[in-house]
Amino acid sequence: MTVQPEPVTGNRTVLDSEAVSRSLTRIAHEILERNKGPHDLVLLGIPSRGVPLAQRIAAKLAEVEGTEVPVGSLDVTMYRDDLRMRPARTLLPTQIPPGGIDGRTVVLVDDVLFSGRTIRAALDAMNDVGRPESVQLAVLVDRGHRQLPIRADFVGKNLPTSLVEQVAVRLNETDDQEGVFIK
Amino acid sequence: MKKHLLSAADLSRDDAELVLATAEELRSLADRPIKKLPALRGRTVVNLFFEDSTRTRISFEAAAKRLSADVINFSAKGSSLSKGESLKDTALTLEAMGADAVVVRHWASGAPHLLAHAGWARSSVVNAGDGTHEHPTQALLDAFTMTRHLGSLDGRRVAIVGDVLHSRVARSNALLLTTLGAEVTLVAPPTLLPYGVEGWGVETSYDLDAVLPKADVLMMLRVQRERMNAAFFPSVREYSRRYGVDARRMATLQDHTIVMHPGPMIRGMEISADVADSERSVIVEQVTNGVAVRMAVLYLLLGGSQPAIGGDDA
Repeated sequence: MTVQPEPVTGNRTVLDSEAVSRSLTRIAHEILERNKGPHDLVLLGIPSRGVPLAQRIAAKLAEVEGTEVPVGSLDVTMYRDDLRMRPARTLLPTQIPPGGIDGRTVVLVDDVLFSGRTIRAALDAMNDVGRPESVQLAVLVDRGHRQLPIRADFVGKNLPTSLVEQVAVRLNETDDQEGVFIK
Repeated sequence: MKKHLLSAADLSRDDAELVLATAEELRSLADRPIKKLPALRGRTVVNLFFEDSTRTRISFEAAAKRLSADVINFSAKGSSLSKGESLKDTALTLEAMGADAVVVRHWASGAPHLLAHAGWARSSVVNAGDGTHEHPTQALLDAFTMTRHLGSLDGRRVAIVGDVLHSRVARSNALLLTTLGAEVTLVAPPTLLPYGVEGWGVETSYDLDAVLPKADVLMMLRVQRERMNAAFFPSVREYSRRYGVDARRMATLQDHTIVMHPGPMIRGMEISADVADSERSVIVEQVTNGVAVRMAVLYLLLGGSQPAIGGDDA
């Protein structure tokens, strides 16, 4: 039912698939370093592209530490502050891992950090699911232009952009194309 | 702009699939500790019921409350409606109270349509059953229940059995299920098939036993004696013999076939107790799914700046 986005062509490639992979490897290591291991971690991806990113980070964590970190998804559609400004949007899956998030360290994962409003919505959505011990944020790209006091703990690539530019993340799982592009 | 849900025919296949997909996501809410979403915060939903109902009204009320809407219940008994107030004056009252959506059940076929189009109120109108006409959210929850058990409805055979003539559930289901690609067969005595049923795009049959072995879904309907003004069949016993489902008939169904009933059911008439309580019966699940489907409808009509589904230009 989801509309396949147009493949990105004729734009500047910021990260190719290998660079994406290296960024996620580094993020995985930083998560382990910050939290002194994989214990009590839960990765929650924000649909659509945050979910495969969370799964990839979890795979890398398993490679390094040999433990499975629970991965889930958290749809923020109904918590968006612009819900009333556009036609009702399709809901995306929310899947909380069986252990829940109470008392855990939740790492939210998204593709692009921009205004910060999606993350605010995610924090509100999480409030209705449980009470984590702490919440951290991992993003593949931070493109600046924050409108709220929100920052990422783990960043794949800091990408200074102008507001007229568009940043597009494409992942094999969702798009049949891989990389970060700017136009 | 689309803003009402008056008939199952208002829904295109994309619309219907969007409702079902949204309901699927909303159904998981029932398993969470906090069964609440903020999507309709500050919106007012009025349940306007001119006819008795338990499950539909409670289902709409739960759906609206889980989406954080404010809910006002009007029922004909114990209100000015029983003093002879007209539908128009009721509508003007609701408009003055700032209702964003009116969920209406009425004994007169077409009442929701009038409410939506007479220009008395600006709110969205959701038909929760009008006379012998339509009950679109029931059809949506039935389709939702079927897809959860059978997957895609393309090419699936659905037998709808019983008092089709007085059944708004049958009409809405026939419309919606054919939109979703299912093959519908209406099974009833000739006296209980509506005039003009040839135009519905469905098969009809008088012989239940011939239809049962091929059906993927068996949907039983209640005989609506409160709407009957003549003798449509000789006796309850004869009706039950020819059009009721019991253990013997259930044994002729395919292994995966599910048995449905929109409720309220009359055990021993259209359905025997051992069928209603059997493994195949999804009757209780239909009620659970009703809340998720009605949440999906209310969200898609009221959640955004404009409705994502439905028909009728305002």
